[in-house]
Amino acid sequence: MTAPVLVGGSSTATGPSPVAATASDVGATSTPATDRFGARAALVAEVAARHADEVDRDARPPREAIAAMKEHGLLAAAVPVALGGEGAALSELATVATTLGKACAATAMVFAMHHGQAMALWRHGGVGLGVTAMTEAVLRGALVASSTTEKGIGGDARRSTCAVEVTEAGRIHLHKDAPVISYATEADAVFVTARRDPGAAPSDQRLVICLPEDTTLTQTSTWDTLGLRGTCSNGWVLDAETHEDRVLRDDYATISAQTVLPVSHVLWAAVWTGIAAGAADRARQAVRRQARAAVGTTPPGALRLAELLVDLQSLADAVRHAAGRFDAVADDPAVLGSTSYALAANALKVNASERVVDIVTKAMRIIGIAGFAASGPMSVARHLRDAHGAAVMVSNDRLLQNDAALALMSGAIL
Amino acid sequence: MHQDPTSAPSPVALAVPSVEQAVRRALADHGRLTVDASDVASIADLYAHGLTSHATVNVMLAIENDLDVEFPDAVLHRATFATIESITAAAEAAA
Repeated sequence: MTAPVLVGGSSTATGPSPVAATASDVGATSTPATDRFGARAALVAEVAARHADEVDRDARPPREAIAAMKEHGLLAAAVPVALGGEGAALSELATVATTLGKACAATAMVFAMHHGQAMALWRHGGVGLGVTAMTEAVLRGALVASSTTEKGIGGDARRSTCAVEVTEAGRIHLHKDAPVISYATEADAVFVTARRDPGAAPSDQRLVICLPEDTTLTQTSTWDTLGLRGTCSNGWVLDAETHEDRVLRDDYATISAQTVLPVSHVLWAAVWTGIAAGAADRARQAVRRQARAAVGTTPPGALRLAELLVDLQSLADAVRHAAGRFDAVADDPAVLGSTSYALAANALKVNASERVVDIVTKAMRIIGIAGFAASGPMSVARHLRDAHGAAVMVSNDRLLQNDAALALMSGAIL
Repeated sequence: MHQDPTSAPSPVALAVPSVEQAVRRALADHGRLTVDASDVASIADLYAHGLTSHATVNVMLAIENDLDVEFPDAVLHRATFATIESITAAAEAAA
């Protein structure tokens, strides 16, 4: 599955979408003029928006938007320039995630989860052939899924039961009972955590690249959830026979602390900001409609809308700041591995996941009945259901439990 | 779209108002201009004639209401509301 990938250039061939056409102007809601991914993100968002309701209703993968992400190079965006990619910073990825999140949260979560894993390739993978070949595949548009949690572990991604077993010279076997693997059927690879070897401690993990041709997936449960339905995070038993050069160089403790965790938390929060912004847009539309009916008098909803925008701006600022903080220390393992950095990354996740529900709820109240409706152009039902996924996927309580220990050692980054 | 035949408007055609007529009417009702909105030049700088950013909100709403259109976010900036010509162009594009 290698769609043509646009590298380095802007996608003028297909022409700018009406949304993106003048978005670099001075309007308050426009994107920065230097946004090199803005036009492409808008094109993908358009595709994603068109199918969002169906993806949600049928709990099916956002295939059209995934194809569009491949076509426009969004899945390859972060591959370093030295490796032939565009070297997108996390700040840039976060902006894309928000744009996509406004259109279709499932699509945006696929984008976010992909990057949380893919970036581990060049940051922690080493130079083994199996790893560099995967980087090249990502450059061509490959989509990466992940299997970190495991049945019997209880959602802790930092412990595994399954282990990398050497079967013969250079060949390894992996068997994992995964309660969820998001968009497994659409992925060009699944990155799987496992203990280093059958004798290793549960926390002594490695990350293994499992390609479809080396992997058998047997579905064990169906993702039929309140929201984020299109991520299709079904349960699977995964059996892989692969080569040891598909194991990333660094141990997963390092990969998680320095890349997967900080990148995922920023990009997820960016997605949720998009969900919130999508609902806020509908609220603004509703208030504008009221205002039109009596031009010159400010409708009561406008005050609530102004209040809502304070919340949304503060959420967006928190995400942008966290993304910038990562970019500033991205190559500094000491900072990334520090207690205060881990606390800050968790704080963003906990904060943003609570905030998005609050903002969408307020938007619904501003819109009124049309917002409360289960469907229709002003409905925020999907937004609200998706928003609730934020606090559940990687439970906030689990993060706070981890924080509780760390908090004794370190304070906030001021 | 450059040279619309708006030179000979039928007087007070309420049923099917031309876009420029709607723009001028909205400016007259809500623009708080220091000049008469019905005969100010279509390329005159409205901000120089008393238009404020606060008043543009009501002008926008009145046009949207009158023409049953919605200005997209991307055009909602100061330059769009600088002249009758640019407002008209934006309103026509939004239709």
